[in-house]
This record gives sequence, structure tokens and C-alpha cells, in this order.
Amino acid sequence: MNEQNQQTLDTLQDIKRMMERSSRFISLSGLSGIAAGICALVGAWFARKEFEPYYNNFNARGDYAGDDFQALKLRLLIIALAVLSAALVSAFYFTWRKARHNKLPVWDLTAKRLTINMLIPLVTGGLFLLAMYQYNEWRFLAPACLVFYGLALVNASKYTLTDVKYLGLLQILLGLINTQFVGYGLYFWAAGFGVLHIIYGFVMWWKYERNG
Amino acid sequence: MKGTAKVNYIKKLELKNPITGLNKIFDNRIRLGIMSVLMVNEEINFNDLKEMLEVTDGNLATHLLNLEENGFLKVKKGFVGKKTNTTYSVTRAGEKAFADHIAALENMIKGVK
Repeated sequence: MNEQNQQTLDTLQDIKRMMERSSRFISLSGLSGIAAGICALVGAWFARKEFEPYYNNFNARGDYAGDDFQALKLRLLIIALAVLSAALVSAFYFTWRKARHNKLPVWDLTAKRLTINMLIPLVTGGLFLLAMYQYNEWRFLAPACLVFYGLALVNASKYTLTDVKYLGLLQILLGLINTQFVGYGLYFWAAGFGVLHIIYGFVMWWKYERNG
Repeated sequence: MKGTAKVNYIKKLELKNPITGLNKIFDNRIRLGIMSVLMVNEEINFNDLKEMLEVTDGNLATHLLNLEENGFLKVKKGFVGKKTNTTYSVTRAGEKAFADHIAALENMIKGVK
């Protein structure tokens, strides 16, 4: 290829890069996914431990005790909030690192758009889950977590790497299957927020970041 | 290559390859950048555009004015609180001209393969 054509090709690539960079947040790191997944698995392990004394008491007494249930609820809520904070902080850290490495601003127009479009379904889901929690409606907590999160990802995928959409669809699918297996919520939750995040994060890292 | 040298170069190319659609207005990197951003964003304000293209205020304003005078973009002046907020969007004519320009560039590449 001669010099003139090389220049034309460069121009076309510039245009493509500019279009992509101005419409999508491209600094989302695969390592963020892996970190969030690890946080979720650690959280699920702690939550699993909380259920043991509860069921031991339940079996020993032979019936349901309201106080035990309230104590369990509170402990699980604390674990959930801790997992959420740890996952957000670690996810943000790796994405910030990637943006800095690529010399891109981390909080630009595309980041703002991604955030707002992710937050609408996510905050809705969060409030919905809190209402379920308020009325002791535990059966569909995990499925609702997965479904709302999945919908948030599908929505967010229009504003960042399109691959996020597949992660979202899998979360939704897992959540819907979980509705037919009430009582196994924690396992589905760990599979979605833990395992899927780690696999997705690894694939993204392999695809986009391994060589950079 | 800069300024007239580049214009002559494009003219020469046009003579050699009869490619229609190449637009001299998009021969400038900043104008090309502005158009690329506007093609994929419904509207964008001055500061976001400045950040995206990494250019100075004056430089950006000049090129925006040029594109506006050519009828390729629409300007909307508004306020966010007390600050002025000027947003830009692409016109039909701008969209057409830019699409033609890209098609011409692509033809140039295909032509030699």
C-alpha cells in the first residue's frame, strides 16, 4: 500500500475512533468484573455461614421464631451492603486505572451517560428489593437482584462495550430460572454475581486488555 | 502536509481518480473530528466537544463557525443556571456531505486493492 492510501486509511480510522470514543465509555476494565465477582463470592460465603445457626435454632426449637429471622435479616443486609460497596470500589479502581493508562478522562460525557442509564434500572431494582425486604418477602429476593441487574446491564450496553449485553442477558436468564427454584437463591446469586462476573471479566480482559 | 499543499494533493487525487464526494471542508482534522462526534451524538455542548477533541476554545470556535456557515451544523444557545450552554447538532446537509466524504475515502482505498 502506498503512502497516499495509508493516509486515507489513517483518516478513516481516526473517524471511527472518534465516533466510538464519543458515544461509548470504552475504559470499562475486565479486571473490574473479576474484582466484583470475587467480592460477590466472598459475600455469598459469609451469607451461607449466617444461615447455619438460623436453621440449627429452627430445628432445635421445631418452629419459626420471629426474632431469629429479624436478626438473620439484619446480618444479611449488612453483608449485602458491604459486598456492594467493596464491589463498586474495586470495579471503579480498575476502570480508573485503565482510563489513566489509555490517557482518557474517566469522568467524561460517555461515563456520565453510562452511569445515568445504568442507575435508572438499578436504583429502581434496589428500592424494589428494599420493599420486598421490608415485608419479609425473601423468596424472590435473589431472582429480583439478578433480573434487575441484568436489565440494567442490557440498558447500559448501549453506552459502553456491547459485550456487556451478553452478561446482562445471562443474569436475566439465571434470575428467571431461579424463580422456579425458590430456596436456592444464594447459589443462583453467587453464580450470577460471582461466577458470571469473573468469567465475563476474564473474557473482556483477554479480548481487549491482554496486549495493552 | 498542511494547508494548500494538502488541498493541492486532494485535487491531484481527484484528477487521477474521478472520486466525487470528497469534501475540502473535511480536510481539516478538527472539522473532521467535530463531524465524527456529531454523527453519533444527537447533540453535544461546547465543553464536552472541547474535551473530546482536545483543542483550545478559540480553535474549536473557529472550526465550528466554519461548519455552521457551510450549513453542516445547527447551533442552539441555552442556559444551564446562569452559565451559557451552547449545543451543536448536525444538519441533514452535514450528514449527507460527511457520509459522501467517508464513502469517497473508502472508494479510494478499494480502488487500489
